[in-house]
Amino acid sequence: MTKSVLAPSPHLRSPKTIETAMYSVIVALVPAAVVGTYFFGLNAVRVMVVSILGCLVVEGFVLRLRGRGLSTLKDGSAILTGLLLAMNLPSSSPVWMVLIGCIVAILVGKQVYGGLGYNPFNPALVARVFLLISFPVAMTTWPEPGVFSLSLDTVTKATPLGAMKTNLLLHGNLGDIAHMSLLDPFMGRMGGSLGEVSAIALLLGGIFLLARGVITWHIPGSFLATVFAMTGLFWLINPQKYASPFLHLVTGGLLLGAIFMATDYVTSPVTTKGMIVFGVGCGAITVFIRLFGGYPEGVSFAILLMNSVTPIIDRYTRPTVFGYSPAKEVNA
Amino acid sequence: MKRQFHGGVHPHYHKETRDLAIRSIPLPGELAVSLSQHIGAPAKAIVSKGDRVLKYQPIAEPSGFVSAGLHAPVSGTVKGVKPMLHPSGRFIPAILIEPDGLDEAEDTSRHADPGLEKGPEAWKEMVRNAGVVGMGGAAFPTHVKLNPPEDKPIDLVVANGVECEPFLTADHRLMLEDPGPIIGGLRLTMEIVGAGRVIVAIEANKLDAAEKIRSMDLPPGCEVVVLPVRYPQGAEKQLIFALTGRQVPSGGLPMDVGVIVQNVGTLAAIHQAVTMGRPLVERVMTLGGTLPKGPGNYLVAVGTPLSHIIETTGGLQGPAARIISGGPMMGLPLSGFESSMTKGTSGLLVFGARDFRELKPRPCVRCGSCVRACPANLLPYTLGNMVEWDHFHDLEEYHIRDCIECGCCTYICPADRNLVQYIRQGKAELLARSRSK
Repeated sequence: MTKSVLAPSPHLRSPKTIETAMYSVIVALVPAAVVGTYFFGLNAVRVMVVSILGCLVVEGFVLRLRGRGLSTLKDGSAILTGLLLAMNLPSSSPVWMVLIGCIVAILVGKQVYGGLGYNPFNPALVARVFLLISFPVAMTTWPEPGVFSLSLDTVTKATPLGAMKTNLLLHGNLGDIAHMSLLDPFMGRMGGSLGEVSAIALLLGGIFLLARGVITWHIPGSFLATVFAMTGLFWLINPQKYASPFLHLVTGGLLLGAIFMATDYVTSPVTTKGMIVFGVGCGAITVFIRLFGGYPEGVSFAILLMNSVTPIIDRYTRPTVFGYSPAKEVNA
Repeated sequence: MKRQFHGGVHPHYHKETRDLAIRSIPLPGELAVSLSQHIGAPAKAIVSKGDRVLKYQPIAEPSGFVSAGLHAPVSGTVKGVKPMLHPSGRFIPAILIEPDGLDEAEDTSRHADPGLEKGPEAWKEMVRNAGVVGMGGAAFPTHVKLNPPEDKPIDLVVANGVECEPFLTADHRLMLEDPGPIIGGLRLTMEIVGAGRVIVAIEANKLDAAEKIRSMDLPPGCEVVVLPVRYPQGAEKQLIFALTGRQVPSGGLPMDVGVIVQNVGTLAAIHQAVTMGRPLVERVMTLGGTLPKGPGNYLVAVGTPLSHIIETTGGLQGPAARIISGGPMMGLPLSGFESSMTKGTSGLLVFGARDFRELKPRPCVRCGSCVRACPANLLPYTLGNMVEWDHFHDLEEYHIRDCIECGCCTYICPADRNLVQYIRQGKAELLARSRSK
């Protein structure tokens, strides 16, 4: 008889692991990746492949340097960071820029803090914002979406939010773009990062993650609701100057950010109350930057800023421990 | 209106033995009745080597208020009192008895009150003399629970038939096959503590048992409440909250909110102690897991070696990789079958190596699963990190003492962190520090 194991209770474990969560998010991003490929062609594939491979190589290299073996390479976190970074880049991004993004994401965004679990900021967003500030032209050159083509040449097109910001600065109003059909951004036919253009693909992924229990509604729900409520309020006050809340919901990186970036376990609060505070904060900052800031889009900045206050949110949203609330009788 | 307690998890409940009627197993060649069968001070042996004992005869007496006596489960000869392996993993003195096969029993009728005329004070004494302890797992001496201080009036008695641990079906079978003594024990408990209200709590995966209890002649005002299946529903504080919305205060006991919770097996034992004068010398337990060839619900004499239970039920299908006394969520891990049944042994589960996935403990990714699963509303990941990093000074501020060690956090953790073990370690460290002051 083999020796029985004296492991402490509980002896049962849920089948869910870090891997199942990471790979679920990767699977949930597949619709957005497919739509991105459909509209932006081989360029999109190139950016995704380079980004994922780049992140894996940098992760493996740093793990080796730190003497950690390659064990955590398989947990899916580096692949996910690579995929998320690609989703946040224009499909026309040059290879060298994507690779710099990978180095920043994994090295500066994750491994210098001690690796998965210890990073205060979402690694993919750290890289995206770094690239946006360092290479503003390449990062805001948006290829026009077209039906899948093998051509690597592109015609550029502004994003809806970018066009509105330009009109507002030049003419003092939003221009025609404010009356654009919502169908295009819903399906994915608009300028933007390769993974953010299709609302329906992102929503499908979100529903999948909610159904699998990988994320809860609290962060995306409060994030989106805040953006909707605040932009709705401004729109009611002055529809010439402020776009409709529906347009705000489906354009830019809002859905990508709310569903896939803000929900990053490591960098967002752990309690449901804290998640709602976090989501509301993300939404409010996004709206302020979009409506009043110098950038047309503010989702990345909003999430990064809220990442920085996550420890404080966690501290002040601790749940009331069982046995410390006054008794409330119900009739059984 | 029923309430959900916060948190909890939903492991597959694996009640494969639910349809297997309670059976007896033959007596072993030797029983080892441990002097430590309950929470509190161990009992003191009052027999010695060579003594002949009759079934039900007292063989050890309680050594304090929170302690319980022991009785011979069989007639036979005392072979000695010596340290034996206990399910806790320690060596604890046990009374060894060789059965003589005659099953001669002491006349217990003189201790009995079949007509229930003697009243609550006498009944309490009978329960104490019968060595009844809680049979749900913690084995708290029952007479202590039946003695709430006068300033803590009890208005509700809860019969705990929840049995929320996966695999265990002993309470289920007991409710189904012999509910009479359970109801009898319930009436006695109500009268002893002067409660006017009573609830029988059962989880929704035992609807047949709930129907059976409902069909009985129940005390006035008795409700049978079916609760959704959720672990750890059977934990006293969570159960009381689910049934009444009352929160047992931190560090408090159910009596602080006017409630007494008794496991259904314990209620049956109370009834037998009072109406027949019969001490607690046997109990129903579940033999389960994936390896036993004869899984089922068995009536087993206290002191029966676990190896005997395995052998007489057909043995195992393969090498045992994990042996558990009790349920899989809170049960004790055993190194083998050398120890013996106690009054608190609700189950014996045996698993093979392939029943467990390989655990890969990693740093916390702050997913918050443990926070959502914690029925005590704690932050298990924080407590775990504090212990791992030797930050013991904040443990109390984060209410480590309110952890009920149900294991939900560890069950759910995707990083395979053994959070409840860290918390146990933290509690032990705090205890050691307070002692050294």
